Amino acid sequence: MDRNQSHRQVATMKQSLFDQGYLDHEQFNQLEELQDDANPNFVEEVVTLYYRDSARLVHSIEQALEKSPIDFNKLDSYMHQFRGSSSSIGAKKVKAECSLFREYCRAGNGEGR
Amino acid sequence: MNPGNGRGVVSSVSSRVSRKSSETVPDQFPVGLRVMVVDDDPTCLMILEKMLRTCKYEVKRCSRAEEALSILRGNSNGYDVVISDVHMPDMDGFKLLEQVGLEMDLPVIMMSADDSKSVVMKGVTHGACDYLIKPVRIEALKNIWQHVVRKRKNEWKEVEQQSGSADDGQPKQSEDGDYSSSVNEGSWRNSKRRKDDDEDGEDRDDTSTLKKPRVVWSVELHQQFVGAVNQLGIDKAVPKKILELMNVPGLTRENVASHLQKYRLYLRRLSGVSQHQNNLGSPFMNPQDPGYGPLSTLNGIDLQTLAATGQLPAQSLANLQAAGLGRAAIAPKSRIPIPVVDQRNLFSFENPKLTFGDTQQQPQHLNNGGKQINLLHGIPTNMEPKQLVNLHHQGNSIPAVQSVQSVHNGSYQPQSRVQQPMGNYNPVSHTSPMINFPLSSIYPLPNNPAKGGFPEDVTSEMKGSTPGFVPSYDIFNELNHQQKVHDWELQNVGLTFNATQQANNSIDVVGTSIVGSPHQAFPSSSQGSGLSRNASVVHANNNNNAISMGQHHMSNNNFYHENNPVRVKLETPLFPEQFGQDDLMSALLKQQQGGIVPAENDFDFDGYSIDNIPV
Repeated sequence: MDRNQSHRQVATMKQSLFDQGYLDHEQFNQLEELQDDANPNFVEEVVTLYYRDSARLVHSIEQALEKSPIDFNKLDSYMHQFRGSSSSIGAKKVKAECSLFREYCRAGNGEGR
Repeated sequence: MNPGNGRGVVSSVSSRVSRKSSETVPDQFPVGLRVMVVDDDPTCLMILEKMLRTCKYEVKRCSRAEEALSILRGNSNGYDVVISDVHMPDMDGFKLLEQVGLEMDLPVIMMSADDSKSVVMKGVTHGACDYLIKPVRIEALKNIWQHVVRKRKNEWKEVEQQSGSADDGQPKQSEDGDYSSSVNEGSWRNSKRRKDDDEDGEDRDDTSTLKKPRVVWSVELHQQFVGAVNQLGIDKAVPKKILELMNVPGLTRENVASHLQKYRLYLRRLSGVSQHQNNLGSPFMNPQDPGYGPLSTLNGIDLQTLAATGQLPAQSLANLQAAGLGRAAIAPKSRIPIPVVDQRNLFSFENPKLTFGDTQQQPQHLNNGGKQINLLHGIPTNMEPKQLVNLHHQGNSIPAVQSVQSVHNGSYQPQSRVQQPMGNYNPVSHTSPMINFPLSSIYPLPNNPAKGGFPEDVTSEMKGSTPGFVPSYDIFNELNHQQKVHDWELQNVGLTFNATQQANNSIDVVGTSIVGSPHQAFPSSSQGSGLSRNASVVHANNNNNAISMGQHHMSNNNFYHENNPVRVKLETPLFPEQFGQDDLMSALLKQQQGGIVPAENDFDFDGYSIDNIPV
């Protein structure tokens, strides 16, 4: 029962993430399909890896933002990296934000407005 | 069959083993395809690895390009295909692409979240088999085996054509179908068998075994190859004759054939690119386009930087260079030889060193003595415009150039050969591009200062020269800034030559000399496509030159090293490698003003300086 409930909860959450555009349906499904008996925790591993890696990236980005003048090229490359991982995971919204961020970088817009 | 057998994992393993040695296609192909995947993003790497394993491929992953390269080098037949990310911190993906293609002749697939046309184009020009956009779907990975098949098929076909057996072609075509089908398998086997037969039939040396060993095109080997090609004339150069001319034991016609193909592609690319770039101008020349620059210089840079850091043994450098040269198709990015001519002219005139008269006579003299060559060498920058012009006019330019090279290189004998190709070049002479050509030729020569041993030159050059050049290069870049086109020119010094000449072949001719100078010759070729070939000679000197050239493209100084392979030559003879920026700047400025700028500096850059300086 509890198990089913948890499953349902997870499914609901997942669906809501899809609906809200946070998660990319297709990409995430692909990841799930990769999971099999040989790698039962594949998705979890990947996502954990992503979090760890992106935390590091975000930290670097923050540092870069604090510098002045802002090094847009570096930021751009961080963002590119971030965008790449996010898209592999299916983190759609993050990816979109990264793209936007990069546009600002290209425009030299430090404020991001 | 393959799919049906499915569980032929074990057999695939054994067949893999045998495949490694004999290139036999396992029955379960593409199951068991050995893939090397390189990406700095751990998330992506993990996902890719899992996807590839799901496709039943064997996967080896690396997060650093250097690591991947060393693994590949250590196990040359251990992998079938390489998948690499474009943007990586330690090495540009395109550079890796070039090196792998040159050294190991493996199909390389690029991937990136970046789907902009320019980047994809870069992949194409650098010889990538395919370009995947991230996020990568597993369906896309399921089909990568086609690139392996295609590549092998082309090589075999080439070999077969050489041997005159047309039968093999058919079976191969069936490969297009279902890989799992027995037809495919049969075709593979047939092809392989044919290859073996052909090899057996050949009275080539021991290498004509069933296996198709991978030949590493060392600098010397490549030089020999280029020399042979030049001697025969690029149009008439057939693997069989080249093989005979080269007279290298253990080399099969197959090896030569595939190398020739790459070389031709390379040359074509150089000329094509240069032309294209000329038109485009900015996109490529844009210093902000790091990808572009580095890529072309990939070979050059890597080699140089590696050598410089001592990480890359001279030999590997030579190999790389040779590979680079061999990989005509891949390496040189569109340095676009572009209109170096204009600038060269500036230099040449300025350069008192270059006595045009001498240069002109060179062609004939080349054989006589290095002195003429020297003229070319040292002056490269100075002479170029003038020399080029002179050369062109005379129509000897080409020969001269080459002879210079040959003299210089010592390894090249082909002065006479050069002559032949020169014919091709002649057209160049008409146009300014021709000027470029001489440059290229010049470049190569210096590089091989009678050493013949490029690797040595290269490494030594690189270490020493780079420092000097880099700075100057920047200057040039700035100068070029205004003239994007010029950037092209400089870089393509060799290339311009090609571009101008409608016949790429002519470049080949020139290139042959350069080609000898392995490594970076190709990458730098972009700079001077024609030169690149000569770059081989230049290699040694290229280091310095590379800098100048590289700088153009890349706006990054890093690449300097790479590009210069061609350039290197120029430096050696007359120009001190190390040019401070100030020197260069002043040199350039002077030249522009018509002063007698130390042409040397300009030459060091080989093409760059000339181009940079707006005429």
